[in-house]
Amino acid sequence: MTGKQRLESVVKYVLMFSALMSILIVVMIGIFTFREAIPAFREIGIIKLLTGTVWRPGQGQYGILAMIAGSGLVTLGAVVIGVPLALGCAIFLSEIAPPAVKSIVRPSIELLAGIPSVVYGLFGMVVIVPLVRNIDVPGNTGFGLLSASIVLAVMILPTISSVSEYAIRSVPKRFREGSFAMGATKWETMTKVILPGARSGIMSAIILGLGRALGETIAMIMVIGNSVIIPFASTDNPLSIFLSRARTLTGNIAVEINYATGLHESALFATGVILFILIMLMNSSARMLIGRKKWEKK
Amino acid sequence: MGEKVNRLRFRKLRQTGAFSLLWFAGAVSVLIMVFVVGYVIFKGFVHLTPDFFTTPPRGGLSGEGGISSTIIATVYLVICTLIVATPLGVGAGVFLIEYADNLKSSMIKKFVALARFGVETLAGVPSIIFGLFGYALFVTAMHFGFSILSAALAGSCLVIPVIIRTTEEALKAVPDSYRYASLAMGASRWETIRKVVLPSAVTGISTGLILSAGRIVSETAIFYVTLGGSYRTPTSIMSSGRTMALHVYYLAMETRAFDKAMATGAVLVVLIIIINLVINVISRRLSAETGS
Repeated sequence: MTGKQRLESVVKYVLMFSALMSILIVVMIGIFTFREAIPAFREIGIIKLLTGTVWRPGQGQYGILAMIAGSGLVTLGAVVIGVPLALGCAIFLSEIAPPAVKSIVRPSIELLAGIPSVVYGLFGMVVIVPLVRNIDVPGNTGFGLLSASIVLAVMILPTISSVSEYAIRSVPKRFREGSFAMGATKWETMTKVILPGARSGIMSAIILGLGRALGETIAMIMVIGNSVIIPFASTDNPLSIFLSRARTLTGNIAVEINYATGLHESALFATGVILFILIMLMNSSARMLIGRKKWEKK
Repeated sequence: MGEKVNRLRFRKLRQTGAFSLLWFAGAVSVLIMVFVVGYVIFKGFVHLTPDFFTTPPRGGLSGEGGISSTIIATVYLVICTLIVATPLGVGAGVFLIEYADNLKSSMIKKFVALARFGVETLAGVPSIIFGLFGYALFVTAMHFGFSILSAALAGSCLVIPVIIRTTEEALKAVPDSYRYASLAMGASRWETIRKVVLPSAVTGISTGLILSAGRIVSETAIFYVTLGGSYRTPTSIMSSGRTMALHVYYLAMETRAFDKAMATGAVLVVLIIIINLVINVISRRLSAETGS
């Protein structure tokens, strides 16, 4: 083997190693977070961890149900507010916006995706929280699920909108032409032909948005109030649950990890493992949905 | 006949109604952007003075002082992260495009599939998990402590997928005729990549690096748990530090110094806008080049 050939094969394997680095990092994340979480899984038990309603590390009580409820409700709120808006944007951009308008709307949404989450959090604290505080319900401080949901809705809008737009665009042109030829209006074509055709792509866009929402940390810490309580409705109106303070799973990790020790630290890692698995499952199901295109000829 | 005309009119009317809702959605998203960006910049710029950029934060609970040390920490961290992530990301992109497609070995094919799966998975990991990982491995197990080093290593997990993807796109845009010409002249595969392919892809790859720098500048969660948050100017790779984004968090949450937080936030937002503009200009120029 000449020196040149040897260099060629060395380079090839070095590059292959860097290509495998990503999967290596994923595996290492799995190993290291799980290793730290083992004491919690062993001593607290996964059922007790997931269903325990009290989180008092000082007294050895480690239940993350309150944080699960917090993350779940804030994500639900963000979806209710954000998904209609994001889908509206996606359909608008892919179907009816004139090029000049498109060249304003699309960069705007891209910029929304680039704004740091700490800036969203700050904006939430200074603008959204005081607005929400005006709602006259006992105990309402403005910090809580509603404010967090509004902030989160804006944060997931770019993801859902851009992935859905891509899905709508990839519906073949002939579908549209066929529908027009049958005398359907543009709107009828959209609702009865294009959107059903893009359904799996839009579903995956929403799931990706959910994943982003569950993973968001800093902005949530800043506006959700961070109380470790299961959110409750303070008036007869069940919707007032959204004015309750809460804490997310991610926020719980970030706020406490730097001073936690022993079982407490391990319980936070266990929370991370649960979150990691949940989001990985969501992302891979979203990927499977994107990959599936039922109109493709076999 | 009249009924049919009415029916058509109704269908048209319904379409108009639906379309106005869609226009409304588009308008709302632009308004949200204008309001958030405008508010932060407008409220923040009032408090921006030259001193703000050149004095360090006074520390403690005062919220006084400027942001000079946080600018230095941010630049320091961006450079360290890119030093770690660029070779790995670009190397991976080169392998996936230049080597992966014409490999006969089935083992390597499996590696490629695995690598692609890894990139996609890594891109979806929420940043607090990277933080947790960085805290467990770099801060604690490897005894790097809360430092620029720990933060840069954890941060590179965040940007490696970004660099890989942009490298792949940039390499795909290089015409195959370049490669064939070089190989036909007797150059080896690596010589072709190093002297022909990479030089023509370098602009595209640079957008990936700029994008990554933007991600590091805006990231907070990872660095909140790995960087330590000291407001002093970092002196070495083992120093604790505080990026501008992290400074916004501390100002808002610990000292409630909203004016200073808003001013720092405005600097961040302007930085992000500039980064977006630069990337748009570069990619427009690139697509114009390949189009002609």
